[in-house]
Amino acid sequence: MSEHEYTPKSKAGKWFNDRLPLLTLGAHLTDYPTPKNLNYWWTFGGILTFCLITQIVTGIVLAMHYVAHADLAFASVEHIMRDVNYGWLIRYIHSNGASMFFLAVYIHIFRSLFYGSYKSPREVIWIIGLMIYLLMMAAAFMGYVLPWGQMSFWGATVITNLFSAIPLVGDSITTWLWGAYSVDNPTLNRFFSLHYLIPFLILGLVVLHIWALHVPGNNNPVGIDIKKPSKDTVPFHPYITIKDAFALLVFMIIFAGFVFFTPNVLGHSDNYIPANPLVTPAHIVPEWYLLPFYAILRSVPDKLGGVILMFSAIFILFVLPWLDTSKVRSAVFRPIYRQFFWILVIDVLMLGYVGAMPAEGIYLVLARVGTIYYFLHFIVVMPVVGYLEKTDPIPMSISEPVLTGGAEPSIARKVNDKV
Amino acid sequence: MIKSNLKLFVLSFFLLISLRPLQSAEMVDPIKVDWSFKGLTGTFDRASLQRGFQVYKEVCASCHSMQYLSYRNLGEPGGPEFSEQEVKAIAASFEIEDGPDSQGEMFTRPGKPSDKFKSPYPNVQAATAANGGAYPPDMSVLVKARKGGANYIYSVLVGYEDPPPGVTLDDGVYYNKYMAGNKIKMPNNLMDGLVEYADGTESTVDQMAKDVTTFLAWAAEPELEERHKTGVKVIIYLVLLTILVYLSMKKIWSRIDTEV
Repeated sequence: MSEHEYTPKSKAGKWFNDRLPLLTLGAHLTDYPTPKNLNYWWTFGGILTFCLITQIVTGIVLAMHYVAHADLAFASVEHIMRDVNYGWLIRYIHSNGASMFFLAVYIHIFRSLFYGSYKSPREVIWIIGLMIYLLMMAAAFMGYVLPWGQMSFWGATVITNLFSAIPLVGDSITTWLWGAYSVDNPTLNRFFSLHYLIPFLILGLVVLHIWALHVPGNNNPVGIDIKKPSKDTVPFHPYITIKDAFALLVFMIIFAGFVFFTPNVLGHSDNYIPANPLVTPAHIVPEWYLLPFYAILRSVPDKLGGVILMFSAIFILFVLPWLDTSKVRSAVFRPIYRQFFWILVIDVLMLGYVGAMPAEGIYLVLARVGTIYYFLHFIVVMPVVGYLEKTDPIPMSISEPVLTGGAEPSIARKVNDKV
Repeated sequence: MIKSNLKLFVLSFFLLISLRPLQSAEMVDPIKVDWSFKGLTGTFDRASLQRGFQVYKEVCASCHSMQYLSYRNLGEPGGPEFSEQEVKAIAASFEIEDGPDSQGEMFTRPGKPSDKFKSPYPNVQAATAANGGAYPPDMSVLVKARKGGANYIYSVLVGYEDPPPGVTLDDGVYYNKYMAGNKIKMPNNLMDGLVEYADGTESTVDQMAKDVTTFLAWAAEPELEERHKTGVKVIIYLVLLTILVYLSMKKIWSRIDTEV
């Protein structure tokens, strides 16, 4: 937190601020010293906030017209598309908005991985972020069930059935989740309820995420600690706000391109067929953003093993700050880790690709190789490379990265503390 | 260094994408038609939509429902745009069941523009039973519900062939080049001259298939023209705003020594 004292100018403002220091908070957010060298990969935090607000606003309007009933849900979605004023626009923003949300969150996560933003002292920010990501997946999955198309129904069946792999109590848990003996009307009803709840939980976590961020302040592409405020920082407003606004607008152009010109390209055509428990689609595939995990799930011949591995793929990220042994944050100064980072990106993209393909032949082989590599990256590569790697010299400060000719990380940090 | 990594990354990605065609070798790709409604500013051909409705009404509607459409949609902007009188006449040509009246009885009356399209069968089971065990799918969103969309629907309509040697078909099953598994329970209903078009267009199989597919594409996405028009405006607005914000950003950041 910045240490400066803030006093409102007006008497009324002072009266209010003494009782609830909202104006102090506003001043803190405005003046918040931000590293001046943040690149465009850092604009996705703002973009994600926009995505969340967009989903909540469009979602609230959709909920005014949607009917959560197995016999009426599909028809109510068509009612929104045809009879509600601009219903098609609101629904397409909401459905494509989910994809844009995940696109942004993946960039945000990989940015953190590249620049070591998850490392000390930002572990709590990282963990809260992962909790947000988990809730996003739950919200997106349940949202995809609501139109009650074929993929809604069968996707829900596949995912809820995962819990039946739990020994002894699995079947009871699945029945409890369904509220019936198969995915049916009670399932749809509770998914709607939870789908409405989760975004507000995410909103709460976002507040904590930003709060936790404002304690140590932003990491930056150089990855060194900086003194705040100093000549290495700029006030959040107007420097970062205008930059975020610019990046957000570029993002919105892409977003609008999907909404207005190919609104269904990211969805599956089968979801325009009403749910039918008697007809199983040839290939049941989740939405694109869940495909890497789907590939990991299917790469294991044993159901319980697949489920455990899939959840491990996410939960391993929670201990990442302690698996990474490197003293240097940013991959810019880590020549070996940098190579592995890009291999991981390719690996995850490949897993996503094979997740969309039938689990057979070459695809199954690729899925297994990809899965093994994914875990190797975190369990072996991160600790070992961090330990053995000879990092490039890191600069003393953002303002004079080359002049000093660099320094050992520990020295640099000490020097920075004194500046 | 980062550049060369990026190159490697992009290369691997395209390598992955190029694997894609391996996946569906046995199915024939649908015919690519140059539809007027494709592209960023695509619109529907009004005359084709009206002819397509005629084909639907005289041929398809005897088995396929279109339960999410209302007769009034036929007169709305962006669609076939029949006149108000024509829409009323079309609606009135159907007997719609209504009720119950004050005596508790159901009754029939001529259709109104606000009525939904009348379905040929009372329910899915009746439709399935009457069609040899295959449910003729509701066509309201059919174009969106099939991979390949309009191209696929058109291809199936013109894709009937004699089965290749070695393929035997059960009664009531037909061979279609573009259908998944090549077997379809819908007979080839289109033949040259089947429909007498009100506007005098020659009703070849190809013409009818194109017209009815256009009609179905509109039925699935009645907002398409408005969507395209609004989209162009939105993108232009966003691009202009982006330029302004970019210039503002440059100006603001020029106060300090860092490039943005």
